[in-house]
Amino acid sequence: MALLKRLVEDDRPALAFTLDGQPATGMLGDTLLTALLTSGEHLRGSDFSAQPRAGFCLMGACQDCWVQLGDGRRVRACSTLLEAGLEIHREPGRHS
Amino acid sequence: MNSPENRIAIVGAGPAGIRAAQTLVAHGLNPVLVDEGLRGGGQIYRRQPENFRRTPKDLYGLEAAKAVAVHAAMDALATQIDYRPQTLVWNAEDQRLDTLRDGRAGHIDYSHLIVATGATDRVLPVSGWTLPGAYSLGAAQIALKYQGCAIGEQVVFCGSGPLLYLVAYQYAKAGAKVLAVLDSSPFLAQCRALPHLLGQPVTLAKGLYYRGWLSANGIPVHQGVSLERIEGERRVTGAVWQQNGKQKRLDCDAVAFAHALRSETQLADLLGCNFDWNPLNRAWLPSRDSAGRSSVEGVYLAGDGAGIMGADAAEMAGERAALALLADLGHTVDKARSAELQRKLATIERFRHGLETAFPFPMDWAAKAPDEVLVCRCEEVSAGEIRAVVDEGHWEINRVKAMCRVGMGRCQGRMCGAAAAEIIAQRSGRAPDQIGRLRGQAPIKPLPFGMETEQ
Repeated sequence: MALLKRLVEDDRPALAFTLDGQPATGMLGDTLLTALLTSGEHLRGSDFSAQPRAGFCLMGACQDCWVQLGDGRRVRACSTLLEAGLEIHREPGRHS
Repeated sequence: MNSPENRIAIVGAGPAGIRAAQTLVAHGLNPVLVDEGLRGGGQIYRRQPENFRRTPKDLYGLEAAKAVAVHAAMDALATQIDYRPQTLVWNAEDQRLDTLRDGRAGHIDYSHLIVATGATDRVLPVSGWTLPGAYSLGAAQIALKYQGCAIGEQVVFCGSGPLLYLVAYQYAKAGAKVLAVLDSSPFLAQCRALPHLLGQPVTLAKGLYYRGWLSANGIPVHQGVSLERIEGERRVTGAVWQQNGKQKRLDCDAVAFAHALRSETQLADLLGCNFDWNPLNRAWLPSRDSAGRSSVEGVYLAGDGAGIMGADAAEMAGERAALALLADLGHTVDKARSAELQRKLATIERFRHGLETAFPFPMDWAAKAPDEVLVCRCEEVSAGEIRAVVDEGHWEINRVKAMCRVGMGRCQGRMCGAAAAEIIAQRSGRAPDQIGRLRGQAPIKPLPFGMETEQ
């Protein structure tokens, strides 16, 4: 189920990407955070208890929305725009 | 004046940075403007992606004219100056900024620097605040403004400060379901604050308008509320709060909360600026004179990054700091304009005192926060773990950080620093200005491994 709810601006071109290997769709102009949380419920697992996290500040400060791209880069989901064909991986987090 | 020995850099393209750049350009200088954002405007006037269609009125409401003016200034500047969007400044010292853009490291040498780094929400954690669906008030506003999304189907807004009512109003207006607004400040405090607030009647009227609109549209507004916890296993399912000694609960799938704002001061810290304790902000802030000069020669401070004053003040402070810089370079500047800006800034400062009376800091938070509350969401350090370190005799915040890692994670204490300071002060029986200041460290935000370097 989705976490975020789209209220407006919903007639934008669709962009296909993959999330943990599964096909997914977002829209042109979405951040990775928006694309992931309008179809799923979290972005990453926390570093010491693998608890689900979905970002917090949306302005590049809290560092709690990092996801990994197919080429190995780690990016902040809140400040990275979606592109067609991106492979996005959510890190499960770790237990201490 | 544009010789390499006079190279002026501005960090931050919000209202302060944009007006500073504009002022310098008007006097024939050509600054470099560095900003982490995609498009200038800062957080308050954050712009939506280019293919979005909402009007400025839709996005910024009563502030639309100001937002449009700031954006127009930014657009005019972008072609005239060395504007570097999506560029992180991760270190600053000895007249050099270290930058990161698109995975590539670089640097900018400067002779004069205007630091306009803005602010983030000030957060006082509650149980469950790390759950998906719990966001800061600023985050809730960005989701709507920048992405056209609500943070959930049924949203509860909590905390205090002007942003509380503004964001709740913006959500309801955009068609989101706002279940309730839970204001931690008592109604009496807001009555007491009125005389101060009357100094800025337009701003006061806007606040009253949002508040009145919410009530008129059937959205419950509760005052004197203390948010107790956010419930949920994998995501938010409810919010529990106390009011007048009674516990209440609402089913919801999203909670937005914050207690006003806190300044982003890491760069000023790395630059070696002196800091003073500021009781109004309840924070250590880089010292500046009334024109914006820091304690370090050639370094100027403007906007919310040097103390929370709001967007209007940021525009003025940006211009004022640029005029000070110009005067220090030997340019002839309009002294009457400088004096006028300082007078207006002083008026806003008085209004800020009123706001602090209207939305007082919840002094009882530190004592009441349960041991199990996570304070540091990066390193997952609880209030109880911080208290245990204090009970061992530690009370200096950097020492406490060394002992239990609070504030040592990726966000460098941006989210937890204010709360950790409150807990350390309360537990050690000291005033919050007697426990030291959490130091900044380079890089001030995480850098990727294997970043390329520019020559």
